[in-house]
Amino acid sequence: MIEHEHSKCRSLLGSLSDFVDGTLGEELCEAIERHVAECQNCHVVVDTLRKTISLYHESAAEAGEVPVAVRERLFRTLNLDDYIRH
Amino acid sequence: MSENKTEISVEALRAGDREEFSRLVDTYSGPIYRLALKMLGIPTDAEDVLQNTFLKAFQHLKEFEGRSSLSTWLYRIASNEALMLLRKHRPEITLSDAAPEDDDNSDYSPAQFTDWCCLPEDEFLSSESQAALDRAVQHLPETQRIVFVLRDIEGLSIQETSEALNLSETAVKTRLLRARLRLREELSTYYGERLDKRSKE
Ligand SMILES: [Zn+2]
Repeated sequence: MIEHEHSKCRSLLGSLSDFVDGTLGEELCEAIERHVAECQNCHVVVDTLRKTISLYHESAAEAGEVPVAVRERLFRTLNLDDYIRH
Repeated sequence: MSENKTEISVEALRAGDREEFSRLVDTYSGPIYRLALKMLGIPTDAEDVLQNTFLKAFQHLKEFEGRSSLSTWLYRIASNEALMLLRKHRPEITLSDAAPEDDDNSDYSPAQFTDWCCLPEDEFLSSESQAALDRAVQHLPETQRIVFVLRDIEGLSIQETSEALNLSETAVKTRLLRARLRLREELSTYYGERLDKRSKE
C-alpha cells in the first residue's frame, strides 16, 4: 500500500459508524465509497464491520425471553403474585 | 424494544393499577433481562438487575415526567443498575462524558483484514458462534459496552441512548464507534480461525 492511501484510511475511520448507519453526509459518503473502491483493506473493514453489527442485530432478535422461573420470582418480588398466570 | 400492543397507560400506573404494572413488567422484562445478561454475563446478576429495575421503577413512577418514552426511562434505570453492579467489582468506572478511556490514545486503527463475510451461514448460527459474540461484548470496557448494547443490540437510536445514559450524543457516537471497531477485531480473529479451519478440512 502506498503512503498517501494509508493516511486516508486513518482519516476515514472516524466516519465509519455514520457511514454504515447511513447517516453520513453525502460528500463524506462519496469520499468513503471512492476510497473503498480502491483500497482493499478498507473494503474488508467496511464489509466486516457491517457484518459484525448485523450479527448482533440478529442475535438480539432470537433472544429476549425471560425464563419462566425468573419471571415468576420477579412477579413475587414485585408483589404481583395475582398476575403470574397471564 | 417496541411499544407494542395496546399502549401502557402511564396514568393507570401512577394511580397504582397493579394489573397495568404487571403489563408493564411483561412488556419490558424481556429486553431488560437481555440487556442485563449482555452487560454482566451471569444469569443471577442479570436477574438482580431485572428485579431492581422494576422495584425502582415502581418506587419512582411519580417522578416519570414523560419527557422520554417509558422504554427509554426503564432502560435508564436498568443501565444504572447494571453499571452499579459492575462498579461493585471495579470502583473506578464512571459514566461521565470525560471517562478516561475516551481521552487515552489507544489505537483503534484496524489491524485485521481478513474477509470472513463469505463464511457459510451455518457458521454464524452455531451456538459456538453465539458464545463468541457474547464473549466479545464482555471484553469491551463497561462504558463502551453499555452504549453498544443499547444501540446495536436493543436498537435504540443515538438520541435515545444519550437520554438513557445521560451522555452527549457526541460521547455516545465516539464510544459506539470504538466498541464496534473493537468487536470487529475480535470477531475477525474468531472467524478468521474458522476460515482457516475450513480451508484445511
Ligand atoms: Zn484504505
